[in-house]
Amino acid sequence: MDIQQAQPNPPAAASDKRRVRVEKSLQRRHRAERRFRFIGMSAVVFGLGMVALLFISILAKGLPAFWQATVVTEVYFDPEIIRVDPRPVAQPGESPAQLREREMAWQTQVTMVNWNRILEDSLIAHLPEAASARPRVRQLVTSGERFKLRDMVVENPGLIGQRAQLKLLADANVDVWLKGNIDRSLPDAQQQLPPEVRAWADQLYERGVIQMRFSTTLFVNPDSRGSLASAGLAGAFVGSLYMMLIVILLAVPVGVASAVYLEEFAPRNRFTDLIEVNINNLAAVPSIIFGLLGAAVFINWFGMPLSAPIVGGLVLSLMTLPTVIIATRSTLKAIPPSIRQAALGIGASKVQTILHHVLPLALPGILTGAIIGVAQAIGETAPLLLIGMSAFVAAIPGTPFDQSTALPVQIYLWQGNELRNFFEARTSAAIIVLLALMLSLNAFAIWLRKRFEKRW
Amino acid sequence: MENDVMRASLASAEAAQNNHTPELKMSARDVRVFYGESEALHGVDLDIYANEVLAFIGPSGCGKSTFLRCLNRMNDTIDGCRVTGRIELDGEDIYDRRLDVVLLRARVGMVFQKPNPFPKSIYENIAYGPRLHGLAESRAELDEIVQRSLTRAGLWDEVKDRLDQPGTGLSGGQQQRLCIARAIAVSPEVILMDEPCSALDPIATAKVEQLITELSESYTIVIVTHNMQQAARISKRTAFFHLGNLVEVDETTKIFTTPSDSRTEDYITGRFG
Ligand SMILES: Nc1ncnc2c1ncn2[C@@H]1O[C@H](COP(=O)(O)OP(=O)(O)O)[C@@H](O)[C@H]1O
Ligand SMILES: [Mg+2]
Repeated sequence: MDIQQAQPNPPAAASDKRRVRVEKSLQRRHRAERRFRFIGMSAVVFGLGMVALLFISILAKGLPAFWQATVVTEVYFDPEIIRVDPRPVAQPGESPAQLREREMAWQTQVTMVNWNRILEDSLIAHLPEAASARPRVRQLVTSGERFKLRDMVVENPGLIGQRAQLKLLADANVDVWLKGNIDRSLPDAQQQLPPEVRAWADQLYERGVIQMRFSTTLFVNPDSRGSLASAGLAGAFVGSLYMMLIVILLAVPVGVASAVYLEEFAPRNRFTDLIEVNINNLAAVPSIIFGLLGAAVFINWFGMPLSAPIVGGLVLSLMTLPTVIIATRSTLKAIPPSIRQAALGIGASKVQTILHHVLPLALPGILTGAIIGVAQAIGETAPLLLIGMSAFVAAIPGTPFDQSTALPVQIYLWQGNELRNFFEARTSAAIIVLLALMLSLNAFAIWLRKRFEKRW
Repeated sequence: MENDVMRASLASAEAAQNNHTPELKMSARDVRVFYGESEALHGVDLDIYANEVLAFIGPSGCGKSTFLRCLNRMNDTIDGCRVTGRIELDGEDIYDRRLDVVLLRARVGMVFQKPNPFPKSIYENIAYGPRLHGLAESRAELDEIVQRSLTRAGLWDEVKDRLDQPGTGLSGGQQQRLCIARAIAVSPEVILMDEPCSALDPIATAKVEQLITELSESYTIVIVTHNMQQAARISKRTAFFHLGNLVEVDETTKIFTTPSDSRTEDYITGRFG
């Protein structure tokens, strides 16, 4: 070969022919390159387009749900209607139990007050013509708001006889009507509100009594069925947070420790090969199967409570474990062996080499893997359905042992709610919250990586 | 095989005569190394004397690095690698169960082919070893060790103003001298170098070679090199390896002028390599 190429002065004709051939092949190569670039770019554009479409549709549907029809009105805490005894105070010689009992009795009395009438009076002040249709006018405000009045009085009995400017959530159907989420031309029979209530809603909206206000209820309330307009995400959010905490406390340390052991200490033999294969298999197991396992092991065997974030967290930890192990191992594998040699060569023990040099270098990768695992876990729905987390829970869980739902399950539940017109937007709003949580987790992962990354 | 043994001992006897009884630092007897089932070294016998520079030469794949790694048991870290035979350091068997390998590596330091500073500050690179072995009782003492090691490695003037900057930011030659400084910071008795200049340019190589010559006053140095001129320039004795055998070891001048084995001659005259 060498000798042939070194031949001096090849004949001119041969050299020309050679050049023509090279040019031809060069053109072919350039074409192939352009084609390849074009295919790659189209794939990227297609992917980005799909993501953009998804985001736009979710934002367009979900964002309006963050603003909710709210009745801003003056409420008179009429002493004629609120006929209750003064709030009990501790008597001399009375035990705390006795006092609590009297307090409970008093609260029951407050609850029994006809709060609806107070709401009606407040609305009729704006709509004198509605005085003859008392029960109907109440349909403007969501039914749960009467408890808001009760709670205010329990908190501060001095309110009785006073007037207060309040923001009361409008009924879900009013919200739907005013936002145009229901076809206004539908006949009365297919409308969810009677004609006069629809007319009142329009009037009050025009006069600014009903306003679209930012809906804090979405964030601070648990789910609700009686008073749909005040259904919120707080219960599901806290449930997801508990599960996230459990996954972080369980799957991350266990996963990292297993990965470090397998990668750095375990001998390479059939047994560890088997473990490796099984971890990879575990990562491919459909998540719903982890739910079955959780139901069988944690609930049936260990007798843990149904619908509790603790069980959900355990199941999700099991599911996340292989992700964390695989991510950590591949990060450890990527640490250049020269660093280990350097440390060992200077007399560091194996554990010192790993703790002082390998793990710090692997940290960004490990954290990224862990956070992606956690993000995956909190977006998971299927296994939670099997351990009872799809139950309707109208309270914010105080501990991981209380009943709760989770954000993705809440999305699933709202998606199935009969009042489609109202919950379509709310579902998208819940999706936005879940996506925001995921995106901030991912942003955090990127930030951590940038912060700890070192070049070698 | 037996011939090799004889020659090796003859050579060392000769070296002993020429050098008013040099002190024996390390000795290897019938060292065999297996990677899994395959034998990479077929029984090596070699003596290493205190404060000499001993060069290993030979075609690539002949087992130079493998033998070098036996001397501070870095082979232990390779999966499936097994060493038989006997290697002594100051008369002690370094493969003895009771011997602490961490201590051994503090006494027999190593510099690698590719400069491998820790991705930490220059100061931390040097201070790591002394801290590990508890060599400094105070920060001042540690500072002193760092300065002394960098000075000995001829790097102090170049880096004294940026000790807190990453060691990985230095040039290749500076990095390798940093690695040498890191090795001498734990005051080893023997320094093993595996082709320390193969990744460096000629100027950096010249600096490292000069450094090796200076260091040989206080340390025993074993250096693997693929560059025969380098072996000729810096080493007092040279060992020639071929296909897992130690073919011959002798005064460097003798190896390069009148080798006793035809394989050595073929190699140094460039007939294979
Ligand atoms: N980690 C290893 N695993 C398996 N075989 C190895 C390993 N390191 C070296 N060898 C083999 O041992 C022989 C000697 O290699 P080495 O000591 O690196 O040679 P040299 O440094 O002289 O070029 C070679 O045949 C090489 O393939
Ligand atoms: Mg080598």
